[in-house]
Parts: sequence; C-alpha cells; structure tokens
Amino acid sequence: MTLITGCVITIAACFHSKTDNGRPDTSGDVSYNFDIRPLLSDKCFKCHGPDASHREAHLRLDIADSAYAPLKNTKGAYAIVPGKPEQSELLRRISSPDPSYQMPPTDSHLGALTPQEQRLFEKWISQGARYEKHWAFIPPVKAPLPTPKDARWPLNEIDFFVAHKLEQLDIKPNEEADKERLFKRLSLDLTGLPPTLAQMDAYMADNGKDAYEKQVDALLATPQYGEKMAVHWLDVARYADSYGYQDDNIRTQWPWRDWVIHAFNTNMPYDKFLVGQIAGDMLPNATKEQILATAFFRNHKYTEEGGVVPEEYRIEYLVDKTRTYGKGILGLTVECAQCHDHKYDPFSQKDYYSLLAFFNNTKEIGYEGDVSVSKPAKMPILSFNDSDVHNTLSFINKRDTGAMTVSVMGERDTFRTTYLLSRGRYDAPTDSVRPAAPKAIMSFDTTIFPRNRLGLAKWTVSRTNPLTARVFVNQLWQEFFGRGIVKSAGDFGMQGDLPTNPQLLDWLAVDFMEHGWDIKRLVKQIVTSKTYRQSTRVTPDQKEKDPENAYQSRGPRSRLPAEFVRDLVLSTSGLLVPTIGGPSVKPYQPSGLWESATSGRGVLATYKQDHHDSLYRRGMYTFIKLTVPPPGMGIFDASNRDQCEVRRGRTNTPLQALVMLNDPTVLEAARVLAQRLQAEQTSSDEKITKAFRIILCRKPTATEQKRLTDYYNDELATFKNSPAAAKKTLAVGEYPQQKNIDAVIKAALMRLIDTLYNLEETITKT
Amino acid sequence: MEKELLQRHLHFNRRRFLKGLGFGIGGMALGSLLMPDLFSKGEEETAALGLPHFAPKAKRIIYLFQNGAPSQLDLFDYKPLLNKMQGEDLPPSVRNGQRLTGMTANQTKFPLAGTYFQFGQYGQARTWLSELMPYTAKAVDDLCFIKSMYTEAINHDPALTFMQTGAQQGNRPSMGAWLSYGLGSENKNLPAFCVLLSKGKGNGQGVYSKLWSNGFLDSIHQGVQFSNGENPVLYLSDPDGMDRLSRRRMLDELSALNAESYKEFGDPEINTKIQQYEMAYRMQTAVPEITDLSKEPEDIIKLYGPECLVPGTFAANCLLARKLSESGVRFIQLYHQGWDAHGNLPQEIKGQCKDVDQASAALVQDLKQRGLLDETLVIWGGEFGRTNYCQGKLSPENYGRDHHPRCFTIWMAGGGSKPGVYGETDDFGYNIVKDPVHVHDFHATVLHLMGLDHEKLTFRHQGRRYRLTDVAGKVVDGLIA
Repeated sequence: MTLITGCVITIAACFHSKTDNGRPDTSGDVSYNFDIRPLLSDKCFKCHGPDASHREAHLRLDIADSAYAPLKNTKGAYAIVPGKPEQSELLRRISSPDPSYQMPPTDSHLGALTPQEQRLFEKWISQGARYEKHWAFIPPVKAPLPTPKDARWPLNEIDFFVAHKLEQLDIKPNEEADKERLFKRLSLDLTGLPPTLAQMDAYMADNGKDAYEKQVDALLATPQYGEKMAVHWLDVARYADSYGYQDDNIRTQWPWRDWVIHAFNTNMPYDKFLVGQIAGDMLPNATKEQILATAFFRNHKYTEEGGVVPEEYRIEYLVDKTRTYGKGILGLTVECAQCHDHKYDPFSQKDYYSLLAFFNNTKEIGYEGDVSVSKPAKMPILSFNDSDVHNTLSFINKRDTGAMTVSVMGERDTFRTTYLLSRGRYDAPTDSVRPAAPKAIMSFDTTIFPRNRLGLAKWTVSRTNPLTARVFVNQLWQEFFGRGIVKSAGDFGMQGDLPTNPQLLDWLAVDFMEHGWDIKRLVKQIVTSKTYRQSTRVTPDQKEKDPENAYQSRGPRSRLPAEFVRDLVLSTSGLLVPTIGGPSVKPYQPSGLWESATSGRGVLATYKQDHHDSLYRRGMYTFIKLTVPPPGMGIFDASNRDQCEVRRGRTNTPLQALVMLNDPTVLEAARVLAQRLQAEQTSSDEKITKAFRIILCRKPTATEQKRLTDYYNDELATFKNSPAAAKKTLAVGEYPQQKNIDAVIKAALMRLIDTLYNLEETITKT
Repeated sequence: MEKELLQRHLHFNRRRFLKGLGFGIGGMALGSLLMPDLFSKGEEETAALGLPHFAPKAKRIIYLFQNGAPSQLDLFDYKPLLNKMQGEDLPPSVRNGQRLTGMTANQTKFPLAGTYFQFGQYGQARTWLSELMPYTAKAVDDLCFIKSMYTEAINHDPALTFMQTGAQQGNRPSMGAWLSYGLGSENKNLPAFCVLLSKGKGNGQGVYSKLWSNGFLDSIHQGVQFSNGENPVLYLSDPDGMDRLSRRRMLDELSALNAESYKEFGDPEINTKIQQYEMAYRMQTAVPEITDLSKEPEDIIKLYGPECLVPGTFAANCLLARKLSESGVRFIQLYHQGWDAHGNLPQEIKGQCKDVDQASAALVQDLKQRGLLDETLVIWGGEFGRTNYCQGKLSPENYGRDHHPRCFTIWMAGGGSKPGVYGETDDFGYNIVKDPVHVHDFHATVLHLMGLDHEKLTFRHQGRRYRLTDVAGKVVDGLIA
C-alpha cells in the first residue's frame, strides 16, 4: 500500500516515459519502477536477470540483495552500493568507453546507455538505489481524485485524472466535439454501426441536458452492443471457423461466439464471464451454458495432418491455452518461460509449467485422425439439441434440427501429472510440477483455491489479483481511445510499456471491481466523460507534446476496424441483415483464393459463396478459414485469428484503397442506396445531401455540397454520352435491380455515393 | 530523408504534389511510400530501417519453394549403396533413434529403396544429378547445392512454417516480410513482397497464408498474393463501366474533399490516405503491365517452355517472377505443390519435374543473360527431405518415401552464392557427415547475402526483440562466393 502511494507520488512528480516524451529529464526523484527498471530490463536482464541458465558472472540485477552483494568475479567490488555511485561497478561499466569493459557488451547488440540514462542511474544510486516491486504486480488502489486547476472541465472521475495529467504536461484539452460527429463516434463505439438518419434527427432535435446520456443508454440496450463488444473478445479467443493446419477443415465453434454476444448483451459481470470460460464445466451442477463458455479454451488450431505425433500436438495445444490465458487475461508474455526461465519477468520455467498444469487435465487428445475422419468438434464435446436451444440456450442461432457439438473443456477422471519440459520439448519431460499460478503476481493459496482449473478461475478474479481488472479496463480503454493507458495491452510485464496515467488506470480497475465487474457501467463511465467527448482536432501544440494522443488531449480519431468498415457500408445502404449469430457466412470473395492454396482435401477446398441474406451479414459473421482468412479483413488489419491477439495494427495502405474502390460489396451498396434515393420524389440536390448525411452522419458544408453537386453533374453528363457505361456500372451485386428507372441518373448517383464511401472520414471515427 | 522530403511535399497543394513526386521520382523506394505511419512517430525500428547493414551481394530474392518436399535421393543426392542394398532393412545404427511420422512409425521393417532413376555427372564440375532434371543439368555450374540441409519438424505444416518464418508454430513474419521490413522495395508501384502459387499433379499439401504473413510487423509487409484470374492483385481492376478518366475524376474529387477534412482536423493520416489512393491508382496501371506475358519475345517463351503462356503454371510464375524481380520487387515467393510422394514416387516425381525443371533452369539462365543473376538470389527447395527406406510396399517399379528431417538438398543460384556442392551425407543418404546447415543457418546466410546481419534485423514485440533466426543461426561462409 505504502509502496504504491510512494510510487504514484514519484510518478506525479517526474513521470517521464521514454516512449512518449523523448528524453527523460533527470531532475527530482528517480523512480525504480518508472525510470530504472525499464533500462535494466531492456539492457541488462538478458544476462543479469531472472533467467538462471543465461546468467553471466553470477550477477543478478533484478533483486536488491543480489545487486548489493559482493561481485563474485571481481574481488572487493560491488555492482551497486546504495548511496555511493562512485563505488558502484555498474555505473563504471555503463559509462566506460572501453569496449572490453563496457556494459552492455557491444556484441550483445543491445546498445550503450545514453549519457542521460547514465545520469539517471547515478542519481538513483545516490538516492539509495531503492528497488520496488513491479508496478503491475502490486494490487491497485484508488488514489484520491486530483484537483485540476480548471475545476469546471471534469464531468466524471476520469476527467479529473486526465485534466491533471494534461496540466502537468502543459497541454490544453479540446472543446467538446460537434453534436453530429460525437454521435457518430458514440454509435460506432457502442454498436459498431453508424447512427441512422432517424436516430440522428431525434438526437439533434433533443436539446435536453441529458440528451447525450439518453442516447448512451439506448445504444447500450441494443443487441448490436453485444456484437460490437464481442469482436475484440473473438480476437483474444482466436475464434475461427476452421481447424487451421494444413487441410484446414470446417469446425463448429460458433455457438460459443453466440454466447459471447449474449454475455455482453445481458451485461454478465466480467468475473463471471471469465470464470465461465476458464472453468464453467467445473462449477457445481454446471449448466450447458456454463460448459459452452469453456469453448474459449478450445478455439485454437487443431492439426489433422496425417502422420503427426499426437503428444507433440497435445503439448502445443496446452501451450496455446496457456499463452491465451496469459496474454488475453493477465496481460503477460508467459510463453517466454516455455523453454527457459523468463528473461525479464519473475516467472521461472517451473512457474510456467505449473500454470500449464491447470489445463493439462482435460480429456483432450493430441490427434483424432486426419481430414478424412474430421468432425465439427473434438473431444471433449458438448452436445445440444433443439430442445436445449428452445429452453436454456436460446441465444444460439441454430437453424437445422439435428444435434450439434462444440469442443469444450472437460476434466479427466484421473489426475495427469505435468512435467517441466526441457527446452519446451514435448519429448523431454524432467521434474513433475503441481498446478499453481505465478506467485510473483499473487500467491496461489491452496486453502482458498483448489488446485485445479476452477481454482485458477477463482484466483484470476480474486479482488487482490493485481492484473485481471487492470488488463481488462485497459483493453476496453483501447477500444475507445485506440490506445491503452498501457500501450502494450498484451504485456504488463517489465518489458511492457508503462501506463501513461497510472492513477487513472488503477482508479478505474478498483472502481470496476467495487461495482461488481459491471462492464456496461464502465463503458458508460468512459463514453460520458468529457475526455471522450472532446473534438478530435489536433493543434500544433498537441501534435508536439502528445503526438500519439497518449494523454487524451483530444478525442479519439481512428480508422474503423475491418469488420465495421463492412458494417458501415452495408448498414448505410440499407442492405445490412441484422440477424445475430448463427453459422458463419460466405459473402463475395475474389475467385480462386481457397482453390489455389488448398490441398484439395476437406469440405473447404472450394469457396462456395452464399446468396441472399447471407451476403449482407455483419463482418463478424464472415467465415474465417484460418489458412486463407477473408482477404478484405486482413487488408484492414483484422486479426488472422492464428493466436490470441489483444491489439490490432492500424495501417493505411494502397491495398485498402483498392478494396474500397473495387470490392463488389461497396459497389453494390452504392448501387442499392442510389436506387433507394432515386425512388424518392426529391431533387438531385436533396438526394446528394441525404446520401451524405446517411454515410458521413453529418450535413455537408457549403463547399462540400457544391463540389459534390458539380461532380454529380459531370458524371451525369458522362453517362448521358455513354448509356452503355451506365448499364455496366449498375450491373454489380446480386441484390435485385430496380427496373423502370433511369439508368443514367442511377449510375451517376451510384458513382457519387461510391465516392462518399471512399472518403477518409467515412470509415473513420472522428 | 525520404520521409522529410515527402513531408515537405505534402504541404504543397495536391496538384503540385502529384507533379513533383507522384509521377516524377522513379527510383524512390516504395517502402517509404507505402510506409503506413509515414507521418506519425512510429517505433524506433521503423525509422532505422530501409538500408542494409553492410554492402549486399544480392538485392532481390526469388524463392522457388517445392512444397511437399521433393526426394533428394531421386534428384540430387546420389546413393548407389541404396540400390545395392535394395530391400534390406535400414540398420538401426543409422537410424539412431530418429523419430518417425505416424505414417511409418508402425512399420516393422524399413526396406531401403534405391532410386529408380539414372544419375549422371554434368557440367564442368561433373556434378551428380538425376536424369529427371535435364534442363537443370545444363545449368549446374551456376548452382550452389546444399546437400546438408536439416530441420527439426517432421510434418508439413510445422516444417513449411519453420522454413518460411524461422519458427514451427506461431504467428511470425515470413522471410519476405522481414526483407520488406528491412530493405523496403525498389519500385514505387509494386509491393515489396509478392507471392505466386501453382500446383502439380502429385500429392499436394496445401499452402497457408501465414507462410507469407507479416506476423507482428505492419501489414504492409505482408506478401501480396498474385492470382492468375482477371485480377492479378486482389481488387486491382476497376469495375465495369469505370474508365481511367472517370477513375481519375473520382480520385481528384476524393482528394479535394479529404484535403478539406485535413484542414479542419489536422490528422496526418488523412494526407497519408490521399497518398495511398494515388499509389493504388498507379498500381492499377503498373501491375497489369508487368503481369502481361504476351509481349515476351519468342526466344524467352522457348526458354521457359510453352507452359509459361498458361497462367497459373509454375513456368508462367517463373517468367512472371523474373519480370517482377527485374522491376525491383524485393522478394518473390513461389510455391509449387505436389511433391509429397508417400507412394507412387516414380510416377509422381516425373510429373513434378516436368512442371519445374525447364522453367527453374530457364529462370537462372534468363537472369544471367540479362546480367541480373549477380544481384538476384534464386533459391530452390522444399521443407524437408524424404526417407531412404520405403513407405508401404517396395517393388522394383514402385515405392514411396516418408518425411525425413535429418538431411535434404536445396540449391541456390546467383546473388553472391557460391556455385558447387556444399555438405555431404553418409552412404545411406540418412545422416549428414559434413558441414550441416540448419534452417536458421540458411536464413542467416540468406540475410547476409542481402546485406543484413541476422542478429541486428530485429523487431520489438511483446517485450522482446524478435529475429527471423530466433536465437540461433550462423552465417555459412562456405556458401558465399
């Protein structure tokens, strides 16, 4: 407790992250956690850290006692003498120009420390060289709300922390975004869909003080909220519709995906959400729903390649489960300790296999045969029929009448011993280990937690677990602001990024737990904050002081994730079929992609495109064949679902331009919206305005209106001269053509709409 | 430098920008034009790359991957002892505990199978080669055979993934992605990393897009798969009814409207978007020009063989690879399926060789006659070798071979590689007896030829600096001219 308070004060006084602010300054107190350890971790721990097998000169710098002890290889010398930098060998080494003496050694390619960094060490040692436990392993506590100078600015607690930080950095926050843009942002963030014209009109007409909050509540209550929230979790859970290796046959895990949507929509508390997924099958009198939740740990790839060694893959699956648990739920790179002690974080290889042991007692086997005997699920399985779906599993969008199976978790009757595997090799077991969670995070007290998966689940959501709430709050923050308070959302360990606003993160994490891990409440807190509601305009000052918007000096502006690009296009054209859940669908896809890569075996050798409603479902329902994921999705940085992913890239590439320009989905949407508008008895100017409002979710400016009108007239003239081109332009997509309307006008309107879809702002949260 | 230049240009209005840059500076690296976060302050690595670590020998790579693992014993590694001992059991002392795949693990006997094909000595160096490769035989003096490759995996998926990404499992960047990241492209209108697929009639094993994945690198480094359909690159062609003038008008309109948006919000991503649309527009012209093989002269068609005019064949892909490479594409990855001969090897391998022999040799010769072989590294080979014993029933005319990780043969040509034969296996063709080359060593060497130190080409991800060679690999000097 005192440690964290001390640490927070230090941060407040001199917090200076290298990544965000350029050079560290050396005034004031030096913090071990925020100044020194990142350097030690990056430059020293590789050889002088937790990994015993690669330790050089018997020197360990991650623990005070070892760092203060006499050096074994240099008589009479000490690496660190607290208070005495001049006697500390460490300082001599890092500041020496002599390559044979200097640390880190040149052949390590780690790079020498800068003079500024050397001064930090000097200062830290002279201030007593105090070590602290890693910030993320200390349970969070709520710091008192800071008092920003501009007391009128904050709306809720988030804003106090953000305003305080911005004042420290001398950055001015932005004014509130204009109403239309803010509503688009809100709607996209809560449902993944832009507001309809009717929703926008209603909101614009509502001048009440609580108009915005009313919309927040309304959007949180829509079923699309669950779909939006699920997409991130599907990345975490590496959800896909095929087995992934080689022949890559079909599998049926989508009922679990339907459960995730359902869980978010019914606002299942996050602790319950996790317990169900980690060990739902082991709960007393487990329901089918609780067992289904555990499919989370079965979503990874399964080989059906002939001739594999089953145990090699059984271990591989355990490794994947452990990685997913570590990265997705604890925000840690535990897999680094699969082959050796972790080089940076305090997990030994033994800790790793003790964690893996929790997953090692299921009935899963390494290999059930090749693709010729492939089944939609692998044992252990959950079977359910129509009557289950009518009664308890009503959230599953099941269409046929047969029984269905899903791969889930299920314990063996006898206990299987787990062994530490030398160098991570399945065929090199050494000592046996017992199931236990990493003690550096929080001890696994067997008087409270049983030594099984259910015990792990309870340990995970324990109020004193320092990571679980922080990691989830951070992931959610990232969803809204495009970047976590801890940028490395999957790594809260020592090599991870430091939080840009640690007090805020901790306050949110504690508050979240105090309020029953209530996700909708947390979401509402975020989107009703002044911080979130800022305009996205960037001033030169902000660009200079906060280029990445790491301190939220402005509203979040970012291109939509892949699935929501598709959703926006479909929904604004009126094509979107809002059905929730069910088997994944196969919309338009360039021909030959599956065929050119397949071995020819299995039911997914050829792409059989769907028709009718299935062409217009949300992006999250597009069938994911792991070896050839949907191309448009990957181009827009969607996860390839090969492994657990907590943070997508966000690139801006010419291939994305080509998708928006030439994908029949976009062209068909433009055509369908054109024919809808054409059917209305309005002027072309009114049609242009309306299309603009539907797609951009705001009224055009006078300049925009004029440009677009001119453009429309140009295109109209061109098509008049070439009616054949108009006809060809319209011949796209399977959605019925409207007969008996002027093809030339329709084509010109379609082209205008197509142009609107290609605007940067259209697929950007602004 | 380029970054600064571009940034400066961006403050010009769009038309002046296009005039000054878009159509003007031909040699500028695509890597930076494509660089996604051109204007934001990205990771340290992004800024540091784009240049080799030392003088490269090779500038570009064409990798002719023989997917499914061709039999080294029937193509390159001549072992007359196997014919002498035909049908006798593999001595356990030779096998020495090697783990087996599930396909032969239950066999009680491992009858040695000599090759069905004649071997001869070719070229000035009198290199041994199978009669299955008559065209390659004429080029042997340009080739660097590594007879002592070995790997760790015994199944296709992990072995292929290992060969392409340096790890058997996991979502790592592939070789091409690393090179795109490390060196960028030489052509502003083409992707740095292109992928071409073809299939033989032999037992196929499929390919997976993770083999050309960017892994944790930016998606811009992902291999761009070319297809033989009407769209050589996904979504490249304008839709029906859209001519170039109309497209140009649309882009001008987009550009003007996006510029309005930039004025209001100041987000540099908006300007990048404008650039990317212009780049896409140029690709629409550049790519079809390059993929059009119809204008190739008669002697070239003859060199690669008539199949090179059939889109989607290995021969056509070799010719296309030469054109792409000539245009500055950094890494061109071909995959040819069908080498997985667990049974019917004599029959299947004939077809496979017919698919690839002429075109592979032609590619080397074509590069050579254009003076490009010195700076282009060509690599030919699969993911592991095949066993010296028979899988299934051995008969005089028929046999099959299982997967064998302990030794296999690949060849390289040009790009600073040293012609000749490197490494040696025992008389059984089972174990390496001289100069073993691990997959990591091979990667280290290839990167070295490209002017990159495999220990320095790193990317920080999840708290760790990752490399193509993981934590191992050494440059094999004996492979370098």
